[in-house]
Amino acid sequence: MARPPSRRPGHNRKAQYSLFASYVVAMTGAAVGLLLVGVAMFDPTGFAAIRVATAEVTRPASVTMKNMVSGVSSIDEVLAAYWRAGSQNVGLRRQVEADRNRIIEAKAVAQENARLKKLLKLVDEDSSDLLTARLIASSSSSSRRLARLNAGRWQGVRPGMPVRAPEGLIGRIHITTPNTAEVLLLTDTSNIVPVRRANDSVPAISTGLGDGTVEIRALAAGRNPFKPGDLLVTSGIGGIYQPNIPVAVVVRVAGEIAYGVPLANPSKVDAVVVERSFEEVVTRPDPSAQAGVIGPEAGNAAVSSPGP
Amino acid sequence: MIDPHLQHVPRLGRHPSRWRLAGVPVITVMLGSATTALPVIAQSPVMPPFGLLLLLSWRLLRPELWRTWIGLPLGLFDDLMSGQPIGSAMFLWTVMLIGIDAVEHRMVWRSYRQDWLIASVGIIFCIAGGVLFARITGGGGVTLKLVVPQMLWTILLFPFVVRQCARVDRWRVMA
Repeated sequence: MARPPSRRPGHNRKAQYSLFASYVVAMTGAAVGLLLVGVAMFDPTGFAAIRVATAEVTRPASVTMKNMVSGVSSIDEVLAAYWRAGSQNVGLRRQVEADRNRIIEAKAVAQENARLKKLLKLVDEDSSDLLTARLIASSSSSSRRLARLNAGRWQGVRPGMPVRAPEGLIGRIHITTPNTAEVLLLTDTSNIVPVRRANDSVPAISTGLGDGTVEIRALAAGRNPFKPGDLLVTSGIGGIYQPNIPVAVVVRVAGEIAYGVPLANPSKVDAVVVERSFEEVVTRPDPSAQAGVIGPEAGNAAVSSPGP
Repeated sequence: MIDPHLQHVPRLGRHPSRWRLAGVPVITVMLGSATTALPVIAQSPVMPPFGLLLLLSWRLLRPELWRTWIGLPLGLFDDLMSGQPIGSAMFLWTVMLIGIDAVEHRMVWRSYRQDWLIASVGIIFCIAGGVLFARITGGGGVTLKLVVPQMLWTILLFPFVVRQCARVDRWRVMA
């Protein structure tokens, strides 16, 4: 096949100028693009306001699709459950029978507990949880790891708030728009989380690798103290994350660096919890909440490292 | 009719609307960029950049369709959707289109394989550039190794996308 017809417009002056102008526009635009990237080097969230429109427009579509495909990510588990469904059914039914009595007992204990607490005038209230929402989309084609949350500024979400699931830490809020927020996932290469080993509090720093795993570096000099199977939890240093949120489990050790897999898989968790920043809970509690009760307790938790 | 796709023939004296002629390519590229709105929470950069693939397909199928500045608005939309720093695709796509223009009339013979080669170079340039931009704008230590699989299957996906693009194009130009 011969090459396509040339784009050079011959002797027509007007067409020549038009083509030239299009190149000038393209070059200028490319330079502006480079400039915007340059600005983002110093202020990564600077143009977040421009993203509001697309984030808000695509939110309903993502939410609808999320509702439709909810469970696709766990389809392997569903298929596995069909295997030997009969015997499993019998086993589970027996277990339910056995558990029923225990649940009734537990309810009675909980009631008694509440009554006794009332007698002692203890109010066990944790004001760190802000809201529960779902992750609806993510930056699946980019090398950054950002997920979109179905709650935003109007619901009280602010940049920097930690996001967690029942299984463990998910990440923290990066950018907020009125109804959505972008979550910087734990595995993003710029997300650094201060952690400690759960059983003996060896401090370390976890950095994302961008491929679903995290890199863990011990803060102490000397040989690498980690070994496969170690459980890491947040240490509460830095003032963003509450202490003792499960983060990752070490799977491989190579020299100074240990590699871990996050305990909470953002593609499988159903809902995530947005929490208030740890520091905010400790130092600037909500005036409506019982400041006197929460402040000292959380403060002590940060100072005293829990024993083995 | 032998081929069912040929049933829809243009009527004599009828032309497709201007909106269809100009709008369809832009909308398909924007839809390609919008695949990141799918409810997939990816743990690594796995999804091929469909916006880029469609842009390349249209550019190589229909060289006369767009001027090079089309990379600016489409790139801006892609940046808004993809999570890359704003300006990244604006710059990379436009530079890629200018590059294709420059290469195009230096090649004497063109066929499908040359198109694929041009597209491969474009894809590698855009994904590698995206990694570089993500790295310097606070992305930490993103390595090129991370996106090699993505590059590979984006290149392998190009022939499929260009076919679908040609199918849409046939519908586009028929009234």
